[in-house]
Amino acid sequence: MVMKNLFKLNKISLRAQKYIFILFIIVLSVGLLEALILSPADYKQSESVRIMYVHVPSAWTSVGIFSLIAFLSLGQMVFKNKYFSTIAKSLAPSGLIFNIIALVTGAIWGKPTWGTWWAWDARITSMLILCIFYILYILSWRVLEDKNNVEKITSIISILGLINLPIIKFSVEWWATLHQPASISISGSSIHSSMLLPLFIMTAAFVLFSFLIFLMKYNTELIKIKNKGLDRI
Amino acid sequence: MINELLLMNGYGLYVWSSFIFTVLCFISLYYIIKTHLVKEQNKFKIKYSHLTEEEIETVKKQETYREILDFNNISKI
Repeated sequence: MVMKNLFKLNKISLRAQKYIFILFIIVLSVGLLEALILSPADYKQSESVRIMYVHVPSAWTSVGIFSLIAFLSLGQMVFKNKYFSTIAKSLAPSGLIFNIIALVTGAIWGKPTWGTWWAWDARITSMLILCIFYILYILSWRVLEDKNNVEKITSIISILGLINLPIIKFSVEWWATLHQPASISISGSSIHSSMLLPLFIMTAAFVLFSFLIFLMKYNTELIKIKNKGLDRI
Repeated sequence: MINELLLMNGYGLYVWSSFIFTVLCFISLYYIIKTHLVKEQNKFKIKYSHLTEEEIETVKKQETYREILDFNNISKI
């Protein structure tokens, strides 16, 4: 039954890949045009503010993907459904790459803004810890061979990593940090609409890319399962 | 105009390196994931080609396998 559900999604995902790839290219092109040319420079940070259009969406996507992985792992532990762990495993690579992009572009942005590439600041350190959780999660899937053990261990890693997510979110409020507080909240935004638009377009492009990578990775995992199945025939 | 775009008021190196790094990460990840996908597809094709007539009939009866057999026709990205 679980396998049937897994493959129902496979059928949809195979067809969706092509359209998501095209949509991603279109949205990314518009986003890059807005971010690099059409959006205005900041009155304080000047042109360096444009780094925000890759730094912020990648940080959002990375944190969002890890939350999903953690909740899927919780679901896997409660319902003992392999469906959840296969989806969680397929989400991890794009989450890690967005985390790395957020850290690197943050360091590049830090140099002209704060005068340093790196600071052991609460927000930056908690993002680095998230990166370590991502690496541990992916490595566990690669290194451990016992299927039951690997599901348990990766679930524990992701649930432990979940504790770090509120720390990332509220670190700028709990501690005195170099990192600026959130400019966008449920109540509103302190960013002008001319800068919000490219920020949201780039976020949409990043989410589409992570969805595309997820579908490709997910299909790879399903074919791996079936390859093992062919060995048993 | 092009000079302004490249230099970005003295911040060009920082801005462009951030965007180029992001795009390179995208291309690398896409390439790695695609390579793994193609590798598994090829493994499946090889294993499938070594099956006997009887085994192929068994496989074809299963919906889940039929979808993978369709894979090459659908996934062309």
